[in-house]
Amino acid sequence: MIDALNIGLAGLVLGLAFWSIVAREAFVAVAAFIAYGLLLTLVWVLLHGIDVALTEAAIGGGLTGALLIGAASRLRGSEAAARAERPGAAVHWLAAGVSVAVTAALAVGVLVLPVPAPTLAPDVAAHIAVTGVGNPITAVLLAFRAMDTLLEAIVLLFALIGVWSLAPDRFWGGRPGLRQHADPNGILAYVARVLPPIGVIAGIYIFWIGADHPGGKFQGATIMAAMWLLVMMAGLADAPPISRTWLRTLLVAGPLVFIAIGAVGVVTADAFLAYPEGGAKPLILAIEFALMPTLTLILGLMLMGAPKRGPLP
Amino acid sequence: MSAATVFGLCAAALIGIGLYGLIVNPHPLRKILAFNVIGSGVFMLFGAIARRGAAAGMGGDPVPQALLITGIVVAFSATALAVALLLRLFDETGSVTLASEAPDKVQTGTDDA
Repeated sequence: MIDALNIGLAGLVLGLAFWSIVAREAFVAVAAFIAYGLLLTLVWVLLHGIDVALTEAAIGGGLTGALLIGAASRLRGSEAAARAERPGAAVHWLAAGVSVAVTAALAVGVLVLPVPAPTLAPDVAAHIAVTGVGNPITAVLLAFRAMDTLLEAIVLLFALIGVWSLAPDRFWGGRPGLRQHADPNGILAYVARVLPPIGVIAGIYIFWIGADHPGGKFQGATIMAAMWLLVMMAGLADAPPISRTWLRTLLVAGPLVFIAIGAVGVVTADAFLAYPEGGAKPLILAIEFALMPTLTLILGLMLMGAPKRGPLP
Repeated sequence: MSAATVFGLCAAALIGIGLYGLIVNPHPLRKILAFNVIGSGVFMLFGAIARRGAAAGMGGDPVPQALLITGIVVAFSATALAVALLLRLFDETGSVTLASEAPDKVQTGTDDA
């Protein structure tokens, strides 16, 4: 029974992935990709990765899907020209051959994986009590491998600076995206008034329980960013100009607090990003609280893209 | 067959499908999408390996699972940067071709090759 479910789900995932590649219209391909992202969430649940499932649903399917839908509608006019550039049959066959070879090599790799499988789970279980958090994923993200998470936050910040730097000179310091004008009495404006209070509570809840249960700052921040985007799409609020000091302060606050706490570790615990004995939990919480607004802003602003309007109000 | 094996094989096929799309779709947005399919295949393969490492009462090895969360977020930021580059290219030139020559020349070059 479970086997049939697994194989059926794998078949559906493969079918949707294939459709998103071969669909004629970019819009249809993106729609297939979003459905694919949601099914991947189920796969993650079956693979016992609930935290990964939450991340995949929020970021892999949700935010990436919204980003690609926006791009597909902007670029609709360019599709006909691209079709004329399609490579000939020989390239298609060659690509198919390469793809099958790569898949076959990986499949063999999957079938000959070592038994028993190597695992760090017992190590994590043995040391998790030191960190004071109950969710092993959070313990790995913010204690055992905190360096990865610090660098990830910095990568996100750099990606946002990269997106901003694509603004034409005359718009530098201006507001990203175009001003949205939705019907103030329409259903979008209504939803944008009713949903955010619920969404913000859900976001904070997912963020807060991340210490002991599946959840965490990335998933919570994505929900908060989605609520912010909804309000802006409904025209109830405008995107902030990227030159605002409060915005830039919040954007760097998360990584800076993270680095500061890491540097304090050099003095109190003899290593960068090490926590003094018994003080791990409050420091982890401080990092998460500092990262939460930074991540919310970065994820939302990245979806809005480069500034498109002048810095004047 | 265990779930880890089924989805490990599924992941191998996803990487192949994405690679095919990356090569044959000339539109950059479709290439970005194909790149994301490859990425999710790699993540799923890693996730299947993490599932095999279930031990100490955990359903999977938490270390690769935490790295996966980092990976998914970084993949999103790379996608957002790629889309922003593409939209700027479209705004500047009105087209998104990656061909170095005019499109009709490229086409005659690859016809019945």
